[in-house]
Amino acid sequence: MNWSSLSEFLSMGGYGFYVWGSYAMTLVCIVGEILLILNHRRTLEKQYGHTSDLDKKRDTNETTS
Amino acid sequence: MIPLFAAAAIILLIMGLYVGFFVAPTDFQQGEAYRIIFIHVPAAWMSMFLYVVMACWAGFGLAFNTRLSSMMATAIAPTGAMFTFLALWTGSLWGKPMWGTWWVWDARLTSELILLFLYIGFMSLQAAIDDPRRADKAGAIIALVGVVNIPIIYFSVQWWNTLHQGASVSVNQAPAMASTMLMGMLIMVFASWMYSIAVILKRVRIIILERESHTAWVAELQKEGVA
Repeated sequence: MNWSSLSEFLSMGGYGFYVWGSYAMTLVCIVGEILLILNHRRTLEKQYGHTSDLDKKRDTNETTS
Repeated sequence: MIPLFAAAAIILLIMGLYVGFFVAPTDFQQGEAYRIIFIHVPAAWMSMFLYVVMACWAGFGLAFNTRLSSMMATAIAPTGAMFTFLALWTGSLWGKPMWGTWWVWDARLTSELILLFLYIGFMSLQAAIDDPRRADKAGAIIALVGVVNIPIIYFSVQWWNTLHQGASVSVNQAPAMASTMLMGMLIMVFASWMYSIAVILKRVRIIILERESHTAWVAELQKEGVA
């Protein structure tokens, strides 16, 4: 174990700003990307006016054109 | 398939963070600041790897005129760009305490920045062209030309004198780091892989649905939904 207390963990030996700044931005990017995708998906579902089973039903249909 | 990869990503992420923060020891030179490595290296590797995969799909799309290949390339670009941005961001936050500067125009950093511009260029070009098939072809050309940048990034630390350190991990010699540090990093790399696969597959489904909206099966879904 490297840390004897929470504050020691948070300060990262004085590099807290840099370490947590990196991790925070990574979290923001990942959450943002997932939200964008889910949002886009919801918009499409609304557009095509149906409920939820898009994926399951799609597999049974051949792509044409 | 997507929930499977997503679950694997979450489990690996938790494991990686645990090893990274609680098992791996403090670096004797860099103190705790080195813990940025657990996202910096996976992000940088993914940024390069995803670019190569994207260019391959784009190339297949161009050569064999297969629409799905091009859609895969389109789906990969935003995630690749995100990892490139993260590599630069975390690198900057690492550079400040270690090198005393947020940014230098050094070969490694500059070529990684060019990679970010390539991703952005690919996405904006595709977004700017209305006809999706023409957008695919134009994007594929950028993607393929941009591949030359990948070996430049990779070998930049050997070819030029740079501030960025050389590779800590390579195929032909023992890694120059403690084994728990290495393990934490590799777990994070696998987590990034799983995350990328899940996100890209999710995105490609949306693209398929959008682009094939004129076809019979989507129309059928529409009817069912209305009924």
